[in-house]
Parts: sequence; structure tokens; C-alpha cells
Amino acid sequence: MHIKEEFKERHTLAVIVDNEPGILARIAGLFTARGYNIESLTVSEITDDNLISRITIVTSASAPVMEQIISQLERLVPVHKVTDLTAFGPHVERELALVKVKGTGDHRIEALRLAEVYRARVVDATTASFVFEVTGGSEKIDKFVELMRELGLVEVARTGVVAISRGADAA
Amino acid sequence: MAEKSGADILIEALTDLGVEVVFGYPGGAVLPIYDALFKQDRIRHILVRHEQAATHAAEGYARSTGKPGVVLVTSGPGATNAVTGITDALMDSIPMVVITGQVPTGLIGTDAFQEADTVGITRHCSKHNYLVKDPARLSSVIHEAFHIATSGRPGPVVVDIPKDVQVATARYEAPGPIQHKTYRPQSQPDAAKIQEAVDMLAAAERPVFYTGGGIINSGPEASRLLRELADLTGAPVTSTLMGLGAFPASSERWLGMLGMHGTYEANWAMNQADLIIALGARFDDRVTGKLDAFAPNARKVHVDIDRSSVNKNVRVDLPIIADVGIALAEMVASWKARGHPKPDLSEWNSRITGWRATRCLDFPDSQDAIMPQRAIRALWEATKDRAPIITTEVGQHQMWAAQHFDFEAPNKWLTSGGLGTMGYGLPAAIGAQLGNPDALVIDIAGEASIQMNIQELATATQYRLPVKIFILNNEYMGMVRQWQELTYQSRYSESYSDALPDFVKLGEAYGWKGIRIDNRGELEDGIQAMLAHDGPVIVDCRVAKLANCFPMIPSGAAHTEMILQANEVSGEMDDEAKALV
Repeated sequence: MHIKEEFKERHTLAVIVDNEPGILARIAGLFTARGYNIESLTVSEITDDNLISRITIVTSASAPVMEQIISQLERLVPVHKVTDLTAFGPHVERELALVKVKGTGDHRIEALRLAEVYRARVVDATTASFVFEVTGGSEKIDKFVELMRELGLVEVARTGVVAISRGADAA
Repeated sequence: MAEKSGADILIEALTDLGVEVVFGYPGGAVLPIYDALFKQDRIRHILVRHEQAATHAAEGYARSTGKPGVVLVTSGPGATNAVTGITDALMDSIPMVVITGQVPTGLIGTDAFQEADTVGITRHCSKHNYLVKDPARLSSVIHEAFHIATSGRPGPVVVDIPKDVQVATARYEAPGPIQHKTYRPQSQPDAAKIQEAVDMLAAAERPVFYTGGGIINSGPEASRLLRELADLTGAPVTSTLMGLGAFPASSERWLGMLGMHGTYEANWAMNQADLIIALGARFDDRVTGKLDAFAPNARKVHVDIDRSSVNKNVRVDLPIIADVGIALAEMVASWKARGHPKPDLSEWNSRITGWRATRCLDFPDSQDAIMPQRAIRALWEATKDRAPIITTEVGQHQMWAAQHFDFEAPNKWLTSGGLGTMGYGLPAAIGAQLGNPDALVIDIAGEASIQMNIQELATATQYRLPVKIFILNNEYMGMVRQWQELTYQSRYSESYSDALPDFVKLGEAYGWKGIRIDNRGELEDGIQAMLAHDGPVIVDCRVAKLANCFPMIPSGAAHTEMILQANEVSGEMDDEAKALV
């Protein structure tokens, strides 16, 4: 007997929550308990009084499971609102990465040139290394990291995706 | 206003919320609360013998009275022992508030004596939970906890209170009506959807009402309205395990329970229906069987208070998010307002009559051995005029009780449906008896399940609760044995109940009356002797050992692939079937 996989689509969710202790564990635990997948999860307070947080979750699921994920999230007591930005339509997704690269000679020059192409900023430099700061969609960052791998990549730190809808109104 | 200790604030809040009974067990981290309980006489504390039993007793109390059940246990093992009952209440949507003691705030996280991460452990088996670190927050948290436990889809709420917070002082003020920032369950249905559902009902040729525990949770008025709507439309009614009693079994429109051990007529009616109105039921796997063969020709209306129940297992055509009682009232009103005549369902009814003729619940009776189904039927015959409250444990006896005991009213049937918790029935009976002192309360049990909370015999004795335990003793974990017979060529791995106690003597040791029923000739007299005794009675009814519970839809099979007799079943199933629960 073999276990079957079903077709999944990537969705980005914005979840507005009361900033109470355990809220992140509640949400992350809901995903594991019900077998949903998390590709990325970011969280930060978004109001002056620090009472509300915005959690951005990138997940992939089939359409019926996606509907379940949203209604299961909405059911949690501290959740104000869940928005499926992918279903909503046009939205901007950004991620920030810090990429450390070590090398000398041609490798060092090539790394710097590619950084310019990718609009990565140098935020730390020694004679033998750089730390680049690069922002963009996840694919752009994947690609940049991939290129740096050949040029002496040491380590990468990524924030995970944050996202917001385009246009004048909140989604 | 003078300040009070956290423990006194808790008692004050519980009193203001109308709590009459608390089920609990003391321990180090709740000593201040127990001292506050000692000094008052408005709340009655029932001392159980194990914290799991406190939670099931609270469930039994809640399910039979409609009021929330309240539990009080200590930190660490007190809280972890309560976890099974908390999960049970979550699965069956039972309103319950569980107060747990916690080590003092300064010791949290240090692996202190009797410390457990109670909010962490219960986060995903409760509807919501709190760790209260400030006594000034305590009153609002307790009131909010009751609001969340009892509104929307009911469920268990855990409030963890560190010992220093129980001792520290603050002011108590009963909060006004709770307007929660985020938690706003929707109970009013969309009027246009109600009208659409009613028009679908009026146009349907083969309608079925599929009802569940939500009708019981909504209150007795919902059951009354269901009867009225069924009378207006003439549509037949089936129910889940949790919904039994919402519709009277004596009605000509009653199809019996549906699903894995449901009746032939209920499952065929679901399969052949052109319209299914699901009312407070959640399309559980025990109900649907094979999903892609479930009610293939029916349009489906789903009334549920929990949006996440909609489209979870089965896609529906018309979801209505509402309290099912309010939705039923509006459907009845809308049906009358639109002047729908009673539809002519004679063709549909005659097909149902055909299915009924299968007499699927018939069983081979015996002059000598007691068939378990016969024992349930005899118990029903002897008690039906007293409208008893029946609790059960989990297994064959539970399904036989669901099939052969007829219920006429809601809140009379208390069983662990979703989680399937053995050891539920005795503590639930204790809770039900406390909430209904004059009622006849019977736990229909199996000899294996009853041993999982057998220590509660003492609780009933202490509080002089005249509960009855009726054990169908077949010396097997019968449902496990049945599945082993049907899927593993009768390799009865560890399912024999060896080294059984003498239940009569065991009962007597706890101050109960014990009765043994050995053969068919003693059955009715034994039941009468049980009923005649005004204290608690344990009956050890020795039944046929290898009887199986039929009808049965094998896991993952369609409603139409029902097994009626043991000889229709092969001895070994393939891996796909073995992997299903």
C-alpha cells in the first residue's frame, strides 16, 4: 500500500491576531495538528500599543484544504481576521536576506557585480568577505543565493515572506 | 471595595455565574482554592477519585442539564489526568470550564514539583485556554471562559491559575455582558438562505433530515422545532450517535441512527435521497463511510454554528452558519409564511418501508444464553416509562445501546462519540445524577470499559447517588474482538478480558448492591431487582460471548455495502482496508 499525494497550490495568508502569549504556538500547532504545511511564517506587532500582531503565512494546499485552513484559523479565539492574499488578487510579497560570502580575487569581484545586478547592498565588508542585504520576492532571493553558492557562500539568514495587497484599501 | 484573594475572586465569579456543582480533586497547587471552598456553602464540591472522572462527570452534568460542567484540579498530574476528558469535551462540543492549579509564577519553567505546561498541553485539545498571572485579571478571565465555553460551538476552556495568584489580592467586580474583541460566533442565519433551504425542501422528492449533537446543544426548543418541521414537511429523520433523542424513536418518520452501525433504512435513505438537510451534524467518517459514494444524488444543505465544519469532509450545496435552533425556528416560520403544502412523499415513503422490511436490527435470539441486544431491549422495556438517562462506555455495548434503546427526548443519552473514551460512562452517570437527582440514571457498560474508571464507585457511594451500572459482560473487548474476527481471521490478539474481578463482590466492597444475571431466565427479574433498590446497583449481566454488532459498514465502504450478518464477511481484509480506522 502507498500513500497518495494530492495537487497543492501556494497561498499567502495575512492573519491579524491579538498579541497574547502563546498565539504563535496556537497557530503553528494548528498547522501541525491538522497536517497543513507551512513554507514560511513571519510575525510582528503592528500597532502603537503592541496589542495586535500580523502573521504572514505561506502555505500550499489543495483548494478544499485551503478553505479549511482559513476557517480553522478564523475559529481561534484571538484571531481578528484572515485574508488569503493569493485569492484576493494583486499583492506585493517581499523577503529580506542577509547573505555572507567569503572569497578573494575574481570571485570577490564577481560577487560584487552580481550583487549590483540584484540590487543587494553591502552591509559588512572585510578584505576576505561581504555581507549582502537583498530584498525581493522569494524566487529572486533563491536565485541570488544560488549564484553566491558558487562564489563562496558562508551562510544565509532570511526573514520569510511579508505581504500586503496592492491599491488604496486594506485587503 | 476591599480586595480579595485570587481564590476568593474565583469562588465569587463562579457563584455569580450560577455554578452549583464543581467536580474536583485537591492538591498542593490548589490548596488556597480548596480553603476558599471550605469557607462557603453556595458551591457544592464533588470529590472524585481520579481527575479524568472529574471531567467526564462534568460532561455528564452538562449534557444532561444544558449547563456548563465545572472541573477543579491541581497542577501537574491533576491537569494531565484531565486531558482525556478535555479532549472528549472538545470532540463532542460539551460546554466545560476546567480550573487547574499551577506552580507559583516564579517557579514556572523551572521543572518545579508537580509542574506541567498545562496551557501548552491543552492548547490544542481545548476551545481556548488561559494562564492567569495577575489576580486583577482573574474575574474577567473566568467570566470570559464561561462565555466562550457555552456560546457558539460549545467546548472546554481551561484556566490555569498559579498558586501565588490564588493568594495575592485584587478587587472583584462582576463584568457586564461580554463583548469580546475577536470572538463573535454567528448564531443568526442568513434569511435568504433559510428561504432557499425551505424551497428546496418543498421541491424535494426524496428528502432526509440528518441531525446531530448540535440540536441537543441548542436546547430542548430545537428538538421541538425539529419535530414540528418534520411534521410540516413529512420528511424522514435520521441522527448521528450524538443526536439520539432529539427526535422521538416512536415516530413513524424515525429511521434510526445512520452510519457505521446505523440502520439499513437510514443508510439507504441517505444514499438514495435527493435532498439532505444536515442539522448540527458534521459529516464524521463514522457517518459518511466512503466519501465518494456518500449520498451521490443528493443536494446538501448544512446548518452548523461552526464554519469550519462546512465542506470539511463533504462538499455541500447550501451552507447555513447559525445556531441550529434559531435556523429551525426560521425554517418553520418560512415554510408556513410561503404557504407550502405538505409534499406528497408517498413513493419515497414506500421505498423506505421496503428497506425497513429488512428488519436489520433483528438478532438470533436464544433460550439459554442472553443475547446482548435482548438485554438492552429488556432494559428499555423495564425502564421506558421512567424516561431514564442512559450513559455508556465505548464499544459493542455502546452501539447495541444506540441501536436497541429507544429515546423519546433530548438530554437523555450521554455517550463519548467523537473521542470514543472507554471509562466515560460511570463518571458521566455520576454527573448526570447530580444534575438530575430524581432521574433514573443507568450506565450501560462493558466489562472492559467499566474497569477504566471503576474507582468512581466510591464517589457514588459517598454522595449517595443511586446510579445503576448494567454491564454486558462477554469477557472480551468486544468491538476489538469483532474487528479481529472480521479483518484478522479471528486472531484475538490481547482482546480477552482475563482475570476479571467478581463485579458483585467488588460492588459490595464499595457499598453498592451487586446483582449477577447468568441466563435468559434471570434477565427480567434481575433488571427488576436493580430498579427496586433505591441505592447504587452494579449488575453483572453475562451475555453471549461472541455476538457481533450488525448492521455494520466496514471502514471506507459505501452505505450500500452494509453487512447484515457475520457470514457475509470474509476473514482477512487487504492492506487498504486495514489502514482505515
